Amino acid sequence: MDWISPRALNRLGMLNMNRRNVDYIARYNERSSYPLVDNKLKTKLAVAEYGVKTPKLLQVVKQQHEISRFRQMAEGLAGFAIKPAKGSGGKGITVITGRDGDDYVKASGARVGASVLERHLTNILAGLYSLAGTPDVAIVESLVESAPALARYSHQGVPDIRIVVFQGYPVMAMLRLATTDSDGKANLHQGAVGVGLDIGTGRSLNAVQFNRPITLHPDTGLALENINIDDWEEMLEMASRCYEATGLGYMGVDLVVDANEGPLLLELNARPGLAIQMANGRGLLPRLRAVESLKRPHFTPRERANYAMKTFASL
Amino acid sequence: MTSPSRLPFYIAVFLLIAAGISLAVWRHVELGIPWLTGEQRPVWMVEARVDFDGSNESVVASLNVPEQPPGFRILTEQAASPGYGFSIIDKAGSRRAEWTKREVVGPQTLYFKAQFIPDPNAEPIPPAQPPKTKRLFWEEPQATAVREILAQAEARSSTPESMTRELIRLMQPDTRVQNTTLLVSEENYLQLLVNMLNHSGIPARTADGLKLEDARRRQQLTPFLQIYNGERWLTLNPKTAAQGVPEDLLLWRQGSESLLDVVGGDNSEISFSMLRQTVPALQLAAMQSDGDGLGFLSFYELPIEEQSMFRMLLLLPLGALVVAFMRIVIGIRTSGTFMPVLIAVAFVQTTLVPGLVAFLSVVAIGLAMRGYLSSLNLLLVSRISALIILVIFITAGLSIFGYQMGFNTGMTVTFFPMVIIAWTIERMSILWEEEGGQEVLVQGSGSLFVAICAYLLMSTPLAGHLTFNFPELHFAILGLILLMGQYTGYKLSELRRFTPMKVYD
Repeated sequence: MDWISPRALNRLGMLNMNRRNVDYIARYNERSSYPLVDNKLKTKLAVAEYGVKTPKLLQVVKQQHEISRFRQMAEGLAGFAIKPAKGSGGKGITVITGRDGDDYVKASGARVGASVLERHLTNILAGLYSLAGTPDVAIVESLVESAPALARYSHQGVPDIRIVVFQGYPVMAMLRLATTDSDGKANLHQGAVGVGLDIGTGRSLNAVQFNRPITLHPDTGLALENINIDDWEEMLEMASRCYEATGLGYMGVDLVVDANEGPLLLELNARPGLAIQMANGRGLLPRLRAVESLKRPHFTPRERANYAMKTFASL
Repeated sequence: MTSPSRLPFYIAVFLLIAAGISLAVWRHVELGIPWLTGEQRPVWMVEARVDFDGSNESVVASLNVPEQPPGFRILTEQAASPGYGFSIIDKAGSRRAEWTKREVVGPQTLYFKAQFIPDPNAEPIPPAQPPKTKRLFWEEPQATAVREILAQAEARSSTPESMTRELIRLMQPDTRVQNTTLLVSEENYLQLLVNMLNHSGIPARTADGLKLEDARRRQQLTPFLQIYNGERWLTLNPKTAAQGVPEDLLLWRQGSESLLDVVGGDNSEISFSMLRQTVPALQLAAMQSDGDGLGFLSFYELPIEEQSMFRMLLLLPLGALVVAFMRIVIGIRTSGTFMPVLIAVAFVQTTLVPGLVAFLSVVAIGLAMRGYLSSLNLLLVSRISALIILVIFITAGLSIFGYQMGFNTGMTVTFFPMVIIAWTIERMSILWEEEGGQEVLVQGSGSLFVAICAYLLMSTPLAGHLTFNFPELHFAILGLILLMGQYTGYKLSELRRFTPMKVYD
């Protein structure tokens, strides 16, 4: 067994689960703001007012009887994503990338009939994927077409960029790439690859999978050291804007880069995970403390993004 | 970083823990509730046997019985004497056991039994008014002798105690002078001492003590002298003038009443036998707390059925403490926050191995059936409901099968909470579909591990004893759980999870 001493973790400024919950989430996140981020539908509507783009909303299925309308609507579509509004951790998200006769082709390549999708919608409405098992609504969004520059790194699925935003300052970022292990999902604990991104430039730092450092993507075999995210400053500013939209002091912002639309907000997370620190090889605490000790916070998202790019890369 | 001060919180938690522990200590000291199970306390069982011959008339036998003997507390009293009416009469500062019967012929035996608990702190309550001295009229030549001896003793003393000691010394054979030889004979020595002390203005009386030795029979009382020093009665050995009551001495009679009066009988005599017994300390405390107002905090006041329910309920906080510790400080993942506690409670009733076997088989069979249910495309609520019914079928089947096969342990499966098991199966099944079998294994074994830890803690006799007899200790548990809620340090599992960070250090 290999262990790291608590003192070494302290030196690195690693944020741990208990401290995150007590000192950051409990203190900076208003309970009343949670529904905004736990419900993807509300998130979409809230951030739209602040100029943050999200994938196009195709349909909202609220009642069991509305499922029949889904079949009509889906007839003419090549690709779409079905998501539970209150799902967490990517649970219950089904991505359809194309059609094969009457069947739908999932991101994994599997073919499923319309009845399977309807059953899936039923499950979502019953609350199978929602956080507390409460009844839910299903949203159908247009499919994100990942920008090819990034898409080639990912096995299936769309690579997304997780940015931790604290008090409106983007403090740390990573690129998440799906793998066969993660079944096309971009969640690190399911086996996705996390690539740390330099907050100052958007260049890749290190990569981890299952908490272990790697240098090549396990499926595509591509080197992960020279990835560069375009429009980095714009993305940070977009993430920063979500703070105004939700009022959450400590959150994770998940962005994707669409080939046509540019950066889109996928979802917000009021309890962002800790693995981002391992992908970056840095602890979050020095940056969080730097924000907390700011005497005069910056008022606009652009100022905050610029400040983060200048200051945090060296912390 | 600065934050709203947590000092008041820590003070509150500290007060909570301190209150819990000090209340427990106080009840331990005051009520004698033992810290450990099976703790035994010595108790002296003393039996007074009264023999006399009935002379064909009605009889009243009255025996002086102890009241507040110094160094002891009376636990129980009982009389055994067939055919006699019996009562204990309190009057004029003395307690007497009284036997009555009409028409008594031939040799008679009466028994009086009492149990005494040694208690160094037991003291008789001092009399409200100082006792009066009785001045006796002495005839010459005794009067002169008494006067002279008293004057001699008085000259060499300053307090009632020292006066008594001097007097006793002067009355001893080796120091006797002519005056004393005139007065003292073997029979009247103690009464003379009492009279002389009273004459000099010191209230004095006799007392009878019983030397306690294990398994002695036919013992007699030994006389002692008691003087009143202005605050309380002091006991002295009339021969050696040693002050105080030895630990193994039980003062059976104090005051000037007679030890035994038999009206209507002849040849009465009394003898004592004694036995050292041990009594569970808990039983002792329960017996004693019956009378005083301190017992109100005890669950022993409740009916037995409610008591056994509370025995179980009061163990739950321990399980919650284990779960909080395992999740917050160790970082073990469990399926469902408090499912492990409920499983542990079931284990307490089933014992570990049969409980484990029953639980695992129910969950395994349930998971297999759930696999079929998931292909039916049911709504969540009806799926869970179906699962609950299936779980009941499974437990019934296991019970009947186990019983037919001759395993009574099969029956224990009914102790598991059905709804919890159904939800466990549902969660495990979803976990399996979404995260794979490995995560099911991790969370399942984590839950079982925590449940077993909680069970091991809850099933120790000491845990059951402490939680039930010192319910105030739950304040301390609550305080600990609140403290853990503020723990922001690394979990043990994080020290392993973050190991790859070593290279950046």
